[in-house]
Amino acid sequence: MSLEVLGITVLWIFLYGYLIVASIDFGAGFFAYYARITKREHIMSKLISRYLSPVWEVTNVFFVFFFVGLIGFFPDTAYYLGTALLLPGSVAIILLSIRGAFYAFGNYGVSNNTFFLFLYGATGLLIPASLSTALTISEGGYLNVTDNGVEFLAKELFTSPYSWSVVFLAIVSVLYISASFLTYYANRAEDNASRDIMRKFSLFWSAPTIIASFLVFIGLRRHNPGHFENALDLWWMFGLSFLFFAIATALVYFKKMYGLAFISVMLQFFFAFFGYGASHLPYIIYPYVTIEGSVVNETMGTALVIVFIAGLLLLIPSLFLLMRLFLFDADYIKGKK
Amino acid sequence: MVELDSATLSRILTASTLMFHAIFATIGVGIPIFIMLAEFLGIKRKDPQLLILARRWARGYTITVAVGVVTGTAIGLQLSLLWPSFMQLAGQVIALPLFMETFAFFFEAIFLGIYLYTWDRFKNRWLHWLLTIPIVIGSTLSAFFITSVNAFMNFPQGFELVNGETVNIDPLAAMFNPATWPKVFHVVMSAYMTAAFILAAITAFAILRKKGTEYHKKALRITMIAGLVFAAGTALAGDLSAKYLAEHQPEKLAAAEWHFETETNADLILFGTINEDREISNAIRIPGMLSFLAGNSFDTEVTGLNEFPEDEQPPLWVHYAFDIMVGIGMYSLLIAGVFIILMLFKRFNEWNKPLLWGIVASGPLAMIAIECGWVLAEVGRQPWILRGYMRVEEGATTSGDVGIALAMFLLLYGVLAVFCVTVLIKMFKNRPPEAEVEKRYPNGTID
Ligand code: HDD
Ligand code: HEM
Ligand code: HEM
Repeated sequence: MSLEVLGITVLWIFLYGYLIVASIDFGAGFFAYYARITKREHIMSKLISRYLSPVWEVTNVFFVFFFVGLIGFFPDTAYYLGTALLLPGSVAIILLSIRGAFYAFGNYGVSNNTFFLFLYGATGLLIPASLSTALTISEGGYLNVTDNGVEFLAKELFTSPYSWSVVFLAIVSVLYISASFLTYYANRAEDNASRDIMRKFSLFWSAPTIIASFLVFIGLRRHNPGHFENALDLWWMFGLSFLFFAIATALVYFKKMYGLAFISVMLQFFFAFFGYGASHLPYIIYPYVTIEGSVVNETMGTALVIVFIAGLLLLIPSLFLLMRLFLFDADYIKGKK
Repeated sequence: MVELDSATLSRILTASTLMFHAIFATIGVGIPIFIMLAEFLGIKRKDPQLLILARRWARGYTITVAVGVVTGTAIGLQLSLLWPSFMQLAGQVIALPLFMETFAFFFEAIFLGIYLYTWDRFKNRWLHWLLTIPIVIGSTLSAFFITSVNAFMNFPQGFELVNGETVNIDPLAAMFNPATWPKVFHVVMSAYMTAAFILAAITAFAILRKKGTEYHKKALRITMIAGLVFAAGTALAGDLSAKYLAEHQPEKLAAAEWHFETETNADLILFGTINEDREISNAIRIPGMLSFLAGNSFDTEVTGLNEFPEDEQPPLWVHYAFDIMVGIGMYSLLIAGVFIILMLFKRFNEWNKPLLWGIVASGPLAMIAIECGWVLAEVGRQPWILRGYMRVEEGATTSGDVGIALAMFLLLYGVLAVFCVTVLIKMFKNRPPEAEVEKRYPNGTID
């Protein structure tokens, strides 16, 4: 495998990891707030905080890893996206900061502050919306590159139906992924009341997720036909994605094997996300930055790959320990520890 | 009003973010050592008070870490948003430690999450204590990696620039440049030291407010002893940093010391004022001391600022940042030294009011020293962003929106600061440690 393909694969895997863990976190914020205002929080909030408290920082590192890695493997993207994204990027950072800080303030410090919880819930939906615009911009058409630098065409972005369909998809996916996970988690905790609420949410958000995916496809066809053609060549990936969607929904509907249902949701997004990513290649930012054209020099690239492997050897056992203690320890989940 | 171009605004925004982050980053690097120490002593001596001490320090730490994480994420992204050309070039050469840093964060974050939620989950308390080791390693390594990036900006090496292309890249040479070791040593020591004095200041304040008990006295002894050790380490490392500057970055040292003519037996100038013609008044002069600092001998030749072209000289006001930092370093050594001497000789009372107030002051002062140190290091590098290769203006973004971003971020930092402080106060107010000891260890033992 060539260096650039290896690099982009590694980064894409991490972005996928972030997509899953962050969606759980973002959606959980929304559900926690929802539970508070509908006065059902005594049921769900304990459950949500038992999962989230130990892991929120880890979630954030996934994101940091992705963008530091992107600059490392493909320094040119720093130049293009950096210049173009100053405002949207700053907004995303501020939302992330508010979310992280107020989560900690509310959770470790003063408890029961509805305003903190509101910030936490609202940012959970706004952040995926703002981050998803980076993907939209990478489809091309929203940057103007001249000799003086890169200009971001904000008006085009805000008036484009394609861009809004991506935002819509991001938000409903977050709620769907999160609800599927929390259904499983509540079930493990034998917290049946929460499980039933989350199960309904999971079913409720499944249809919009699929509709939004189709909308994005249709939008892509008009917006970037080349990418759309490539995606059609990878039709089987999207077919598998749909298959796993069907499995997940059926399992949840028939109240069977919530664990497997969540894995199916993960696979659904895995195939869709990698199908999307693979068909986007060779471009990182269409049509200015390709993976071949922007890849870092070979010495640095090799060094990064070596560090990455060494890092994984360190991280995988640690993550395993974290999951064993908090995710798969039945007593902890049930609140007995 | 002066027109601010985007390079200037970018500098202001970068400086604000970094100086705000540095507060929490320093605490983030320093406090784990003390949590580790308190829990260790607590288990070893079977002392419930020390375990509660570790627990309360850890609880406050969660709040500061959260702000550290979010501001760190902000600076990480901002470097690309504000300095795209610099990052494009730096990415080719110095991406390695930046990338490694994320692993250090990962490692620390995972074990911190485990640590905070497993206080009473292990039968063998030493297992829980073991979790502090990866936290300390992770936070110190992240300081090491990020400081090596900063060292590279001061002493770029490990590549060649041919027609704007970077070639012959050697990532390890870039990372382990001559600035790395003195800088890392100094940054890590000063972070440990600052954590010691901040914790000591809080404790001394509690004692002065007449809430002092055996619990507080134990805490103050631990932090003061460690504070003395780390303050000495900081001074030693600072001396090494000055020697590094004398050899490799003489313009920074010369600007910091108001030293204009190259000479041996150079005087050290403390404080004072300077006029347009570079005449110094009101200063304290220590004859020959600068030469001694630069090379351990009065005969050392110290390069003066006049050797450098006008437009490559750093601003002279960094002199004050330097003097304040060194002054605070001396003050901390003194105060910790006095406390320990009084403690060792039973005849004296180390709990007297003036001394305790002196300790209260040492916490905020140490943080001021950190800020002054960074201002010296960064402003003293001006006009370069990558010394000798790229000027600050060349690295900056061309976007016209930096002003708005600056306003938004300043507001964010203000809000974070206010909430962080109120939450911390709320967390500990009306929750005396004794009550917590009672509640968690009603038998007075840890088993
Ligand atoms: C508690 C904080 C603290 C204290 C008491 C001191 N320092 Fe410091 N100093 C720092 C915290 C710091 C720092 C924040 O860690 C810096 C900023 C950049 C760096 O590398 O370390 C720094 C930078 C810095 C530099 C510039 C290094 C460079 O730019 O390459 C020098 C020459 C010194 N220090 C020297 C000293 C001396 C001689 C001290 C005498 C006691 C001293 N410092 C005390
Ligand atoms: C370790 C990695 C660091 C990197 C990569 C870095 C990067 C930068 C960059 C790109 C600038 C703007 C260009 C310039 O003005 O020189 C800057 C300026 C500055 N940084 Fe650093 N910095 C680092 C560490 C720090 C830390 C930890 C602080 C602590 C407070 C700090 C304080 C400042 C200040 C005060 C300025 C403004 C100087 C001026 O513009 O006059 N830096 N830094
Ligand atoms: C030398 C000065 C600095 C020190 C000692 C330092 C140290 C720290 C520490 C201890 C944390 C908290 C990490 C955690 O607990 O997980 C942190 C967060 C962070 N820092 Fe800094 N930092 C410094 C400067 C910088 C600079 C210049 C950058 C920009 C490249 C940076 C990037 C980050 C990032 C991205 C995070 C968030 C990581 C996460 O999400 O966990 N830091 N830093």
